[in-house]
Order: sequence, then C-alpha cells, then structure tokens
Amino acid sequence: MTGTRTPEIPAELQAVWQALEVLADPEIPVVSLRELGILRGIRQTDTGLEVVITPTYSGCPAMGQIEDDVRALLQQQGWDAKVVTQLSPAWTTDWMTPAAKDKLRAYGIAPPQACADHADKHGGSSRVLRFAARVAATEAIPCPRCGSSLTTETSHFGSTACKALYKCLDCQEPFDYFKPY
Amino acid sequence: MTTATPTAIASVDYLLHLADNALVLGQRNAEWCGHGPILEEDIAMANISLDLIGQARLLYQAAAEQMGAGTTEDRLAYFRDVPEFRNYTLLELPHSPPLAGTAASDRDYATTIVRNFLYSALMVMVWESLQQSRDSQLAAIAAKSLKEVRYHLRHARDWLIRMGDGTEESQARAQSALNHLMPYTQEFWTASAFEQAALSDGTGLDMASLQADWLALVQDAVAEAQLQTPSSKGFVPTGKHGVHSEHLGFLLAEMQSLARAHPQANW
Repeated sequence: MTGTRTPEIPAELQAVWQALEVLADPEIPVVSLRELGILRGIRQTDTGLEVVITPTYSGCPAMGQIEDDVRALLQQQGWDAKVVTQLSPAWTTDWMTPAAKDKLRAYGIAPPQACADHADKHGGSSRVLRFAARVAATEAIPCPRCGSSLTTETSHFGSTACKALYKCLDCQEPFDYFKPY
Repeated sequence: MTTATPTAIASVDYLLHLADNALVLGQRNAEWCGHGPILEEDIAMANISLDLIGQARLLYQAAAEQMGAGTTEDRLAYFRDVPEFRNYTLLELPHSPPLAGTAASDRDYATTIVRNFLYSALMVMVWESLQQSRDSQLAAIAAKSLKEVRYHLRHARDWLIRMGDGTEESQARAQSALNHLMPYTQEFWTASAFEQAALSDGTGLDMASLQADWLALVQDAVAEAQLQTPSSKGFVPTGKHGVHSEHLGFLLAEMQSLARAHPQANW
C-alpha cells in the first residue's frame, strides 16, 4: 500500500505512529512529515521495528535533518527502531493531505496543483516534450494571501528545491509556490 | 507490486557514468552560486546543482554498496582521479566560449544554458527509459530524477528561447555556444563497453535509439529561439572512457582538495 497517500499502520504500531505526528518539516514547520507524505510506514521485521521514510527532492538538504529527527524522537520515547529510506514509489506532492495544503496556504505558500493537472503532464508518457509558448505560459496559481488568480511566475526556482517564486498582480505580494513533483 | 522480468544489478561502471555526469555538471553549475547574472538565476543554478548532486549521491550509494569493502559515496566522489571519472566531456567544460583559457575566464551564461539544455533534454529521455531498468534501485532513482530534470529542461529551454529571440548580443552568444557545444553531444550516441553490457542485461538502454527524438526536441527549441542548429560532426569526445579534456582536473582539484586534506573529517 506504499503507493497511496495514507499508509496502513498495523494496530499494535499505532502508538509509535501517533508519536511521530509531532515531527514537522524543518523548512516548513507548519506541516507534519506524515501530512507531507514523507513518513511512509512502520513495520515489524525480524530484526526489529523499522520506520520508513522517503526523500522528497534527491538533493533536499532537509532529509538528513528529518532522518535525525525521527531517530531522536523514537529513541527519546524508548522505541528501539531503525529508520529506513525507501526511494520507490517516488515521493509525489499528490500524497500531501488536503489539511496540509490548507496549512501551507495559511502559512503563505501556494500548495501544489495535482501532478496530473500539471502543464508538463505529457512529459511522463511521450518522449518528445513540447511546451506551451512563453506568453501562454503556465496554469494559474492562486495567491495564498488574497486568493487572486492574477499571478505570475518570477522564477522557476525559489528559496528551497521544492518551490518556485511567484508574484500576485492584485495584492502585489511575492509568494512561494510548492511545485508539483 | 508485480515484477514480470527477473531483476539484475547495474554494473559499477554504468552507475558511475550516470553519477559522474550528475556530479560534474552539478559542481560546474554551482560555480555560479553567489555570481549569478541575476538573483533568480543564482538561485536557479544552486537549486539545479542541488538536484544533480543529490542524484549523484543516490547513484554513488548504489555503486558503493555493490563495491563493498568499506566503499562510501564520499570515497567515490572525492578520492578518484581524472581517468576514473566516466562523465561526458561536455559536462566538464568551463562556462566559457571555446579557447577561453581557464574556468576562471569570463563566464558566459549562454554556454551554461545551452549545455543544461542539451543535457537535460537527453536526461529526460534517459531517466524515463531507466524507470524500466531491471535494476530496481536504478529504476527508483530514475523515477525521482525524471521529476527533477523536467524542471531543469523547462528552465534551460525557456532561457535558450529568451536569449536566441532576444538582443543581437544574446542571440550571437547563444548561437556561438550552440556551435561550440553541439559537437560534444556525439558522445551520447556511441556506446561504450559498459553501456553495451547494460543494454544487454536489461539494466541500461539503447542510447542510439534516443537520438532522433532528442534531435527533434533540440531543433524544436532552437527554431523557436530563432537560432540555427549547427552540425555536430567532428572529433568524438571520450570522457566516458576516462580520457578527458584538460578542464576536469581543475574541477576535481577544487572539489576534492578539502576532503583529501582532511580525509577523516566529520561534517
């Protein structure tokens, strides 16, 4: 069930799972690791308890911190568990819970559109990528502050690997957009 | 999860080839960090480098695991010398027009953009194909990398068009960078022994089969940028065979010197 948004947690491990709920993303402290889809599951193996996490961007510097946070919390609660990093299925912003998206918006970050609605969607299936002309550009990303759809991308890349830089043409506020991944 | 075909493990050489490509370009592009032509591009180059170095780390970890005997990703990145690197020559060239003496010569952003464009156009296709690799670890890395390289391609393609369809100066620089770099792409299509082996055991892919689609993608953008697609004939570079240009040594010296001066350091 690793491909779904919410991993299934066996009843006897629910307590550990609940305890991990307090852990937030180090860069975006308003959303929990579970809500972001980084915590993928807990399992009992022959060698002990394992907590499975999945990296976001390959080079995201927060991943080391996240792994340390999970390990420290488990240790502090007295659980002898290993933290396992699993690459497949690849993390996607589609796993983000609706609650997480609301929290991002309240924090001033426009939440990601669904990957399926994304402008580059045909890149996944056909070999030759074609892009819309510059002027026709991208889909409207609503401003997290005033809700206006009159926004424009100022840079494909922003303050962290996962974000692009946008500007609202109505309220004039610059804001981050969490890119679909 | 159902796996119809039996699994295989990609060879160390093949993994190092993919990893070295990502690391060397990541290191090269990171030279713009703090020196970007505008703030947004400074940030973009740092982000792209971060993705590439992250991809390299995953690939080095896979290679190190296979090599055993205490091999680590750091050893592979910091303690191999020029002839052991298997990256394309294209990726180690400085950000300067041809005949510029050193990497510290005046950097030319058109060279940076054109190289990123040519490489990310290739890697979108390579990673897409490697998602079906019989090496499941490599397939997993490919699935992640594909998502990232699509943004790199979008960025480079956008700038290529802005430069080509821009001022006289920007168009001349973009055209000159294309003329300079295009011949280096020949190295993509001639298979090395480790690529042949990866193709036959199902861990890799047939690079030559991507050439027509890659060229169509390149020509489409180049035409939109009002530029001319230059010929890619001439000397076929040999970086992936370990025979590099004079530029890789300087790049590695800068990247590796700290780790070599303090081999036991903890970060």
